[in-house]
Order: sequence, then structure tokens, then C-alpha cells
Amino acid sequence: MLLIPCPHCGNRPELEFRYAGEAHIARPADPSTTSDQEWAEYLYFRSNPKGLHIERWRHVSGCARFFNCVRDTVSDKILKTYPAGQPKPDLAELVKEAGQ
Amino acid sequence: MSDSLTRRSAFEGLHPIQVEGAVTVAAMPYATRFSFRGDPKAASACSKGFGVMLPNALLKAETDNGRTAISLGPDEWLLIAPDGEVEALEASIEKALAKQHHSLVDISHRNTAFTVSGPKAETLLASGCFLDLHLSAFPVGMATRTIYSKADIVLWRTAADTFHVELWRSFVPFVWGLLEEASSEL
Amino acid sequence: MSLTLRAKRSGRVDRTKPLSFTFDGKTYRGFEGDTLASALLANGVHLMGRSFKYHRPRGVITAGSDEPNALVSVGSGARHTPNLRAPQVELYDGLVAKSQNAWPSLSFDVGAINNFLSPLFVAGFYYKTFMWPNVAWKKLYEPIIRRAAGLGTASSEPDPDHYSTRFAHCDVLVVGSGPAGLSAALSAARTGARVILCDEQAEFGGSLLSELHATVDGKPAAQWVEEAVAELKALAGTVTLLPRTQAFGYFAQNFLGLVERVTDHLATPDPKLPRDRLWQVRAKEVVIAAGAHERPMVFPDNDRPGIMLADAARTYANRYGVRPGGRAVVATAHDSAYQAALDLKAAGVSIELIADLRKEANGPLPMAARAAGIRVETGMAITGSTGRLRVNAALVSKLGTDGEEAIPCDLILMCGGWTPSVHLFSQSRGKLVFDDARQVFIPGESAQAERSAGACKGSETLAQAFEDGFAAGLDAAAKAGCAQGKATQVKLAGVLDAHGGFLGAVPHPHDAGRVKAFVDYQNDVTAKDIKLATREGMRSIEHVKRYTTTGMATDQGKLSNMNALAIAAEALGKPIPAVGLTTFRQPYTPISFGAMANHSRGDLFDPVRKTATHAWAEAQGAVFEDVGLWKRAWYFPHAGEDMHAAVLRECKTVRDSAGVFDASTLGKIEVVGPDAAEFMNILYTNPWSKLEVGRCRYGLMLNEAGFVMDDGVVGRIAEDRFHVTTTTGGAPRVLNHMEDYLQTEFPNLKVALTSTTEQYSVVAVQGPNARKIIAPLIDGIDISNEAMPHMSVRLGKICGVPTRLFRMSFTGELGFEVNVPADYGQAIWEAIWAEAQKYEACAYGTETMHVLRAEKGYIIVGQETDGTVTPNDLGLDWAIGKAKPDFVGKRSLTRPDLVKADRKQLVGLLTVEPQTVLEEGAQITLIGNPPAGTSALGHVTSSYQSAVLGRSFALAIVSAGRARMGETLYVPMPDGPIAVTVTDPVFYDKEGAKLHV
Repeated sequence: MLLIPCPHCGNRPELEFRYAGEAHIARPADPSTTSDQEWAEYLYFRSNPKGLHIERWRHVSGCARFFNCVRDTVSDKILKTYPAGQPKPDLAELVKEAGQ
Repeated sequence: MSDSLTRRSAFEGLHPIQVEGAVTVAAMPYATRFSFRGDPKAASACSKGFGVMLPNALLKAETDNGRTAISLGPDEWLLIAPDGEVEALEASIEKALAKQHHSLVDISHRNTAFTVSGPKAETLLASGCFLDLHLSAFPVGMATRTIYSKADIVLWRTAADTFHVELWRSFVPFVWGLLEEASSEL
Repeated sequence: MSLTLRAKRSGRVDRTKPLSFTFDGKTYRGFEGDTLASALLANGVHLMGRSFKYHRPRGVITAGSDEPNALVSVGSGARHTPNLRAPQVELYDGLVAKSQNAWPSLSFDVGAINNFLSPLFVAGFYYKTFMWPNVAWKKLYEPIIRRAAGLGTASSEPDPDHYSTRFAHCDVLVVGSGPAGLSAALSAARTGARVILCDEQAEFGGSLLSELHATVDGKPAAQWVEEAVAELKALAGTVTLLPRTQAFGYFAQNFLGLVERVTDHLATPDPKLPRDRLWQVRAKEVVIAAGAHERPMVFPDNDRPGIMLADAARTYANRYGVRPGGRAVVATAHDSAYQAALDLKAAGVSIELIADLRKEANGPLPMAARAAGIRVETGMAITGSTGRLRVNAALVSKLGTDGEEAIPCDLILMCGGWTPSVHLFSQSRGKLVFDDARQVFIPGESAQAERSAGACKGSETLAQAFEDGFAAGLDAAAKAGCAQGKATQVKLAGVLDAHGGFLGAVPHPHDAGRVKAFVDYQNDVTAKDIKLATREGMRSIEHVKRYTTTGMATDQGKLSNMNALAIAAEALGKPIPAVGLTTFRQPYTPISFGAMANHSRGDLFDPVRKTATHAWAEAQGAVFEDVGLWKRAWYFPHAGEDMHAAVLRECKTVRDSAGVFDASTLGKIEVVGPDAAEFMNILYTNPWSKLEVGRCRYGLMLNEAGFVMDDGVVGRIAEDRFHVTTTTGGAPRVLNHMEDYLQTEFPNLKVALTSTTEQYSVVAVQGPNARKIIAPLIDGIDISNEAMPHMSVRLGKICGVPTRLFRMSFTGELGFEVNVPADYGQAIWEAIWAEAQKYEACAYGTETMHVLRAEKGYIIVGQETDGTVTPNDLGLDWAIGKAKPDFVGKRSLTRPDLVKADRKQLVGLLTVEPQTVLEEGAQITLIGNPPAGTSALGHVTSSYQSAVLGRSFALAIVSAGRARMGETLYVPMPDGPIAVTVTDPVFYDKEGAKLHV
């Protein structure tokens, strides 16, 4: 059972959380102006990386907030979590920090 | 208002749980409860109407004069007051909030509560709660939403050996049943 | 039975407390402190089992949880537990044990014929033999294999015991309580750290419990252990001691699973105690002090009863006071066996010979053995054994010669060296490294907050184990943020260091094709099998493992892995690390299903949610169905009624008079804030801005892909407050979906969401008499058709209790839904029921609700929809706010796939034969007997017998269905196709006149 550091509540066990897919995929401001292809990519295309992945979680059985999380999909190590709405962190910087 | 009608507690028909010298699980009396949502400014205004300072810090409970405010999330508080104060509190809180955006929802019947107390209270709760309940990690006055086995609960430590457990009414038989079984080995 | 094989010293066994037990029906005596294995050995019983494949007679070879041979069943009836390891089974008075895998008896086993057919049972036997024909698998091979395979059989009765679980947190978890583990626990605990110490054995102390001569700080080892445990016990506030507790799994982020065997060792356990307790531990730091496994030697016929590991024999002698034999031959490649020889000699066993495979053996222990007058031969291999149910001679041979000497004996002690127990370290994802000099895998780089100490780290001496342990405990406590502790050292005396080791098969002069030198005892895998596997193309140890099954049994290769690897490496001409190591998986030793399930059985498996009227419905004889976690009244049969009759009556009563229904389980969400309407505009397809306060609307929710995900009636309670209802099963999903958009896409909207599902108990009163039924109970609301039209909501009181009264219908009849605070649910229900009876109304359940709504063509999300259905498919375009610039799912509705002409659309179906009720889920085709491979046009989503129609009817989704009105289609069934006519999905009161009365 992973421990996930909720940006509001601190380290909490995985069971309190619900996964919510890849992060930083913003809903187009005006969907009606998107092409079919652009909309399909928004709906269905995800990066699915081996390595660092920025993803959304919700602390559903805690503070109930959605937040973003940088997780290494190989080691399951979580490098950073931050509230929804904050900008994407610099992954190279995070890796450097984690290495220290 | 409804003297002729029987109010039925979610605990009706459940056996008391008591292990001599170890732990007691006891249903709490009826209470008035609200879910309050708003920003810190609204929370501070709500404090005036409610009569207890809504804690700014997360995972904290403030109690005064029989009323409690628990911060469950950055914009969410659980307010608990004695039974029968729904209308009065609604009026005083709405008045204090005036035109500030907030949400006040009566959940007096959605939630219900019991206490787990005694020297083995921590041990009993550890049968289904995976948080570290040691006093150093979960001090008196701390409160949070979490999970007991497969039920969401709000867990609030009111004393070194006493926890207040708040949950939705239909989960009571399940949680009670588990506590009953888990208490048998204490 | 006399206990002639007890040594003079009683070890840790209490000879004043005799116990009686049976093994295969025969009564024996042992003492308190014995294990089943030690007690049987004391009675001269070595033969404790038969092997898996060849049914060869086998004796106990270890003194611990790594035992591959002596697997027994203990207990009877529902408490019969198979595959327990005899060296781990603690003796109690009245214990009943049985051997396994033998018929009719352990000493005469018919299955032993397999031993003579063994050329058939070579590596990869299963893969090679049971290839074809296919039918033979089911009829012939599988039943035979199933009968022959496996060892013990599990009881088929329900488990009468109960099991428990506990979550625990600590600064330092120490696994293993030998010299390294105990000293780690001591040094960590002395800093004030929260420590958990667990050990799989009944007593703490590990190898120290078998030490006769060693002194620690001038005290006998056992006394030092006693004092250390007492010191830990005195710290009960911070130290948790868990004997009989197996750390079976090391998971992510220092989460470990332990199973404590609470009552298995007791003759009459307190029924309040769980049999096993699962500990789920989150440790800041972990010290692994799991010790090492002594390796067998792989030589021909190395599996006869009476052949055992040297140090195991030493444990039986020193710790349990048992003489495992009278005359012993010791075959070794490691100095530690000399200590065993010396201690057994002291216990009265005659040591005939120590045959050391090594060219030289001049360490302090070999020197001591020679000084004690024991015959020691170096450069000598053990090359075989003789005997049937017990070994009667060892065959030895000088290396490089063909001559073989038979030495009569009743005990062969072997030691190929020691394999560090790196299982937990490896489970933690730490990297193992191969130590070439000592030929062992040892822990390398850590992946988690742990460190190994003692023999599991590859440390070879007792002094090093203590040193490791004290240092590890201090390091762990410091890293966990506890106080800095003081370094501790102990003074050891009476200990002679031991070194050495050998991997692989011992060379012998026999025809390699005709002998069996076992590598994996439990799976009957021989050196020959492993060589064959490499010849047949298996290149990696993972292939070899699967092909030969080596390392797969309950012992998970604890004894066999390294020898198997060395044999494979030699056959492949590769160095050992290049052949690899199989993955170490949880559990370390078998654990009970009971422990895994613990409290989650019966009513406690999942929450069972009941509404406030449950008890009332139960008293009325309602039959319930599960909807999500809820129990809902399904139908209310009267005496003599089956479900069919009850539902037809309930349907008719609702349409003729009225019915009362508990709708409490529907999800409810309070949407509050100045932007509530705007938020609703985004989340639902419908327009909300102009909905007046006091009015309701049917709301349709899509996911972003444009597919229907939920629906429900929404009432506007105030300008800034909506009362939203959802499907029963969809409630948490819908709230999560709403929160997602609110928190992440539209965080600027001033609105908040609160679940009120359980705040309200909901009593639906439906039917022409609905108004008359509730009218006498309502205060402060004009419920006339004019004042409170269809689809409106009012606040007021019922029986003096505040209510949100909805006028709405899911039946097609005049209807109200009374929302009251849940604790009053039953009282209000009873009040309404008293009125309803005046009109001969009925209580109805979910089945009648389903039929009535289907007659009206109302969909149920999850029944008519399956996650690929759009509003247009359902004929619900009217529910879409066309003028709204955006809502979740809107953009998708114009994607090419979602506007195709041949999409499946909701239609009604009437069978040509009116009493035939179609099967829900049945496929629909153009012709009656379509050729195989024909795609269906659609499927039946709902199908019932209708009281009001006097016939059956169904809803379905059919490709281009709305263009097929009046067409005849077919539902192919095993008994032949059923002809159906496509119709409009609304079967009852198409104009909706009955809703507006």
C-alpha cells in the first residue's frame, strides 16, 4: 500500500485516494472551436510514459481535494505532489533534487 | 415539533460493546450537524454565527460550549452542536455570512456518531484504521476524514483515550459489527 | 512408548510436563516445548512424509520453517489443516497429526510405484505428455493429475475459527530474533524508538537457543537471551514483541505483512482469541535479521529418512534434548557441521566419520573434532546411501577414485554451507550481489529504508552477527528520527568460527542417468532434471524453474535454489550471476487464507447498507435485492404469491389506486452557491438558468465523451440551491465527477457540493390516489394540481417533520416523493402507510418500479445504457439545452461516430406471441436463423410481463431502430428464434395525461 503525500493532509495510505488520470490536460476553453481530431486527442490520447508521470489523484476519503502528483511509473516513487491548478513542475529539476 | 413521531437512531438494535478495563464503544446522543463550505473569510464570519472559531489549520477540531468545528479540508468544516438547533443555527450563521459566498447544509441525520474510549481504544480502532493513532502522531484535538475498514469515517481524538467517530448512518451496522468482533480479543 | 532417544540434557523442553499426541493414529509422548518433529524424533520416528512425485519415503531434514519433507496435516474435521511443517508445529496435549501423500499407509505407499516409473516423470513431463488430444485433458489427464497432485487436502467444511487484523506503526521493525535481531531490537529500543520485534518461532533467540558452549558477556547464551527479552518486555509502552509471527511480505514504502499464529499451539484456546492475526505494519525503518538456511548436499539417494541437515540435528540435540540417531556419518563442506558432530557426540551419538568434500579442513572446529577423536577425512565425498524406510549406511568415496566405502549408520548429517535468507530484502526490491569468494548472494543496494544484519547479510560469525545487530538497531532508530543511542558491544566466549561451503552436485562414480540426487526435495527435482532442462534449451534459471518446478513448493526453494542454480550454471558453462536468480515472492512461508480475509467474511465482508424502512419491509415479508451496497425491497409477496404474481399485483395496484415505495437509496447532492445554476448548466445537458424556484426538471448527465453517465430529477430549492438526485449506484461517481469539474476546470465558480443521500429518507407515493393519501399528513403546502403541478418541489411539514416534497413520477402516474430527515423515515412511512391502506394501496419494490417505468419508456442508466449510448440514441434530445454554448459532453455529440445513421437507438419490442417474455440481454437479428458470425442489430435491455397491457413488452437498443417501426426482427434463442415487432418505446399513456391530474 503506497503512502501518498496529500499536499493538504500529508502522508496518507493509498486506500484513501482515488486515481484520476493524467494531469495537465486542460479542457479546451471553447470546445466548439476544436476540430474532431483535436477533440479526440483531448478525450483519448495520453502519454503513458515509462518513468515520470504527472497524474491526478483525489484524496477522496480525506480532504476530498484533487491534486497533482509526479510519480515514477517504474519505481512507484512519488517525487512531488501539489494542489490542482499549480503549474507543471520542472521534471529535470525534480530528478536532480531526488538524487541528492 | 414532532412529539408524536418516533425518531429512530441508526444505532437501534445494536448491542453495546464493552470490554471491562479495555474499551467501551458507545453511541452519541442526537446532534445538530452542518457541512459548512467556504473560504477562510467566510469561515471566520461563520465562527461568529456558530459561536466557535472554525480552525484555519487542517485536521483540527475546536470545541467550545458544547459546539465543535472540525476542519476536514481547505474549504470544508463539519459543525456539531447539541440536538434541536438546526433552525436557530441556520439563522445565526446565515445572518453572520450576509452576502458572502458559502454553503451551509444540514446533515444532522446523514451523520451519526459514537465514541471509542478506554486504554485499548487505539488498539481497537487499529483493527480497521490504518492511520498511526499513537498520541505523538494523532494528538488530542486532531480530526480527519479517513477509512475504517470499508467505511468512510471522521475520526476525532477528544482525549488521550477517547475517539469520536462520525459516519453516515447506513454504515453503522457494518462498523459496529466489525468493532464488536475486533473487540472480542482485547 | 519409552523415550529412549532423549539426550541427558533436556534442552529447553520441560520434562516435568509430558504431553500425549498421535501421528497416523499411533499415540506418542512428548514434552512441553517440543515441536511435532522433535517429539517424533525422540520416539525414533524419522519417516514423516512421502514425496510429491515419486512418493519416496522422507524424513524431517530441517528444524525450521524451511522444511521441505515433513509436511503434515494437523487437527480434524473443520479444523483439519494440511501442509504444516512438522518442525514448526508446537506440541500440545491431544494433538492429532497425519502424514500426507501416502496411501494406504506411510510405510507402504502404493503411489511409490511412480518411483519405478520415474523415467516417465522427467523434467518437463507435463509439457511433453499431456499435449493432445484436447478432449483427453478434460476427461483423462486433468482428473488424474488433480488426484495425484498436491499434498494435503483442505477441509471442505466452513472454517470455525476467526481471524483478525491490526494496523501497526513503528520506528523500527526487526524481523528475526537471533543474535542480530535481538541486539538490533535492544539498541533501537534503548533510544526510545517504537520497536516491533517479530520471530517466526515460539521463542525469541534464534540460533542462540541451540548454543551449548557460547557465553555472551560471561552468561550462557540462553540466559543472555532471557535477559534481553526481559529488558524489551519492560519497555511495553514502546516495544511490541511478536513471537510465532512470520514476516511474510515486504511491500512498497516499508509496508510489511506479518502473520501471528495466536492459538494453533494451544490445546484448548480461548474462543475469543483469533486463530491468526494479520499485522499490517508501516515501519519507518526495518532491520532484517532473518538468518541463513543450511544447504543440503546433492548426492545420490540423499533423501532417505535419517538424512538431515547437520545444524538441524544439532538443534534437536541441544534445544530439544533429542538424539536423532545412534550412529552418524557427517558429510560436509563447511566447518559448522563439525560443531554439530561435537555436540551430537556429547549428546551420546556415535560419530562414525566426518567426510569433508574440501581438500583441507584446518579451521578451529575441524581441529577440535580431530582432538575429540572423531575420524575426519578430507577430500572425501558422500556418494550415496542405502536403506529403505530409514538409512542404514552411507557410501563415501575419496575424490578422484572409484572406490566406495559403505559405512553403517542410522543418521547422515549433511552441510553444504549456508545460504543467506535474502527473501525479504529481495521482496523490498533491493538488489542482490553475488559474493564470488563465498559463493552467496547477499544484499546490495537498498531500495527501501531497511538494512540487513547477521547471517542474512552474509555475516558468518556470531561476533559479527551481534556487531551487525547493535549497529543496525542504532542506525535504524537514528534514521527514524529517534535519539542517538550508545554503541554496545558484547564479549563472546566458547564460540569457534566456521567457514566453507559448496554449491551444486557432489561428484560420484555412479551412472548419472540412473541415480536420483535430489535438489528440491518437495518437488522431487533431481540434478539430472536440471541438466536435462538446460540441454533442452532452458537458458535462464526462470526457465529452468518453470520447466522442472524446482523451487516452486511451499518452501519456495529455500534449500534448493542455490544448488539448482549452480548445477544449471555449470551445465550452461556460465558463471552463476549470469544464469540469474528467481524472483523471491510473498509469502515467505505459507499463510492462511483466514489471515488474509480476517474480519471480511459473512456480514462483515462488505458494508450492508439498509434504509430507514428496512425493518418495516422485512416485517412485511419483503424480498430484498442488492443494489450496490444497499439492500432494497424487491417485491412484497402476499401469502402464496411468487415473484411474478406479486409484481403483477403491485403494478396493477399502483395504476389502479396507489403504491408506496422507498426511494431513499437514490443519491442526493446539495448544490449551493451563487453560481449553482451555471454549474448545473455545465454538468447537465439541460438548461437550468430559467428553472423557477420550486420547480424540478429531469437532468441528464454525460461524460466528456458524450455518453450518458447518470440521470435524475433536480429541484430548485432556492435561487442558489439545487437538490440533485442521482441513480442509486451512481451517487459517489456523480459527486466525484462534479467535484472534478468544479475543482479542476471551473474552480472560479462559487458553488459547493454536499452529499445529502443519507440525510433524507424518501417515501414515494405513486398512483391516482397519491394526493389523497398524503393530503391529511401535509402541513403548510397546497398540494392541489393547480398550486403544485407535476415536476415541482415544496418545503413544508409532514406529520410535523420538515419535508422537501417533490411532485414527480417514475411510474407515469400522479406521484409525490416525500423527503424527510432519515431518523424519521420509518415513522413517516408508517404514517403514510396507514393512509394508503384506506385506498387499498400497496407497498411495492424495485421490480414493480422497473416494470412501471419501462411501460412509460423511461430509461434506467446502466440497463438501457452501457457507457456507449448518447442522448440521441435514447430519444432524449429534448433534454439538451440547445442554446447552451457548452456542457460536459456537448462537443462529443457532433463527433462523426456519434451521429452515424446506424447507431443503436432505443425502441420498444412486442413479441408476436404476446405471452412470450424475452430474455434481457438477448441479441436481435434481421433474420431468424442467421449464419454464425452475423453481427447483432442490438439487444434487449428490459423485458417484463405487463399487467396493464395484458401481455409482455420489452425495451431494446437496435441499430437505426427508430427507422424500423413496425418491422419484424428476431431474437434467436436456443429453442428457436422469437419474432418481435419494433414499436415506440412508450407503451402506456403516451400523452402523459395521467401525470397532470
